[in-house]
Amino acid sequence: MSTDQNILVKLNDAGLQLNNKWLVKGVSLQVEKGEIVTLIGPNGSGKSTTAKIALGIYKKIDGSVEKYTNKVGYVPQKISIDWTLPLRVNDFMMLTESLNKDTIDEALSLTGVIHLKDKNLGDLSGGEFQRVLLARAISKKPDLLVLDEPVQGVDFTGEIALYELIKKISDELSCGILLISHDLHTVMSATDHVVCLNGHVCCSGSPMDVAKNNEYKALFGEQASQILSRYEHKHDHIHTDEGEIKKN
Amino acid sequence: MFDDFFIRALVAGIGVAFVTGPLGCFVIWRRLSYFGDTLAHSALLGVTLAFTMEFNIAISVFIISSIIALILIQLQKKTNLPGDALLGLLAHSSLAVGLVVIGFLTFIRFDIMGLLFGDILAVSVDDLLIIWIGGALILLVLKLIWKPLFASTVNYELAEAEGLNPDRAKAIFTILMAAIIAISIKMVGLLLITGMLIIPAAMARNLSSSPQSMVIYSIIGGLLSVIIGLFTSLEFNTSSGPSIITAALLLFILSLFKIKQTIKLKN
Repeated sequence: MSTDQNILVKLNDAGLQLNNKWLVKGVSLQVEKGEIVTLIGPNGSGKSTTAKIALGIYKKIDGSVEKYTNKVGYVPQKISIDWTLPLRVNDFMMLTESLNKDTIDEALSLTGVIHLKDKNLGDLSGGEFQRVLLARAISKKPDLLVLDEPVQGVDFTGEIALYELIKKISDELSCGILLISHDLHTVMSATDHVVCLNGHVCCSGSPMDVAKNNEYKALFGEQASQILSRYEHKHDHIHTDEGEIKKN
Repeated sequence: MFDDFFIRALVAGIGVAFVTGPLGCFVIWRRLSYFGDTLAHSALLGVTLAFTMEFNIAISVFIISSIIALILIQLQKKTNLPGDALLGLLAHSSLAVGLVVIGFLTFIRFDIMGLLFGDILAVSVDDLLIIWIGGALILLVLKLIWKPLFASTVNYELAEAEGLNPDRAKAIFTILMAAIIAISIKMVGLLLITGMLIIPAAMARNLSSSPQSMVIYSIIGGLLSVIIGLFTSLEFNTSSGPSIITAALLLFILSLFKIKQTIKLKN
């Protein structure tokens, strides 16, 4: 694949310093069309900061960021809507771009919250709000999706469905996705490229490479490494919904 | 038609209400009421400047308020003082300097009460033109920056990430704030302009379920306040500003009953 034309965003040795403290330093990564790049790392390791650098939110960064698209959908990690703002889900969907009714309905249906369309944002539960955030980000059919823990607070079955949806969107729109996730299972099964952060890039590569990396093991412990390496063996069986194992 | 001072005041007030309605919503959403206060206090300096240089009041107030806004932005970058302390510093020092300068201008007779609290007798045909043309311009610009301004009000990072340039929208909005203060100073008076911005908008919040409806209710609230306030002012010979703001307060109190009902319905 000739990569250069497919690159959506590229960080070159990027970092951010705040009050003389490095939040994150020396990050190089790139997201290409149709690719899912996942950032993993412990709390405070600079995952969200890196995502925001990629989005161009910070002005005074070290290194550089090259962004090759303006069609961006963003699901921030935290967003709070003040009571003084009367905002229904429908208004929120059109926050950064005017969309027609069908597009909005389609996106809300995909994330399973079409019934909340006329509800006030302040009345939604955490998981419902998260689904609305995701719907808003995908409704614009962006080239680049940046998802900062997009399924936090979503129920277990919903979580799996949403991750499947994210994978599907990446294939259908052939958009690039920069994902921040704590769910190592998902990271392994759906991701093309993993970047493991701990204030700097501790290791990166295909999920398999990262799982074998010693620094990764030191950071997350043996157990996490086992979770990842489980995916290494050949799948000669499938896991049913009831939790049983069926031979292929 | 505009020979009658009262008609002039009414037309001026209606023009002001159309603009304070939407701007007031943003003042509430973006928590800018003290910022508005600071700009309004600094307007006194603008007024004295206008008198000494025989210049149009609205224009010189606009210039001075914009400068104060710029100074504030610079101070925010250069010191570690909290925002509210900076606002207080600028508000009171510019008011004080304005009053001191007035003290030196013994050759001009000042109606201080009129400046602070508004004077319906003072509205001239020229002022009407400034209010309606200026007001129309403010609304036009606000409409143009609505999307980035509103999106960044909901969430700055989202707006920035999705390419809406919220910083530019914010800078333009600051200029609009200086402009609305400049055109409404004669009607409402500089001490009460923020009230005209936030009270109708606060009332509107109690009645509305979407941003658009809040803007519309806010305009209606402002119009009613101006009309009721000015008639009271005429009838009882009270200052126009306080009368308008009192009317706005009454409307706000009425709107609280609606909120109570909604809460009851929910339970």
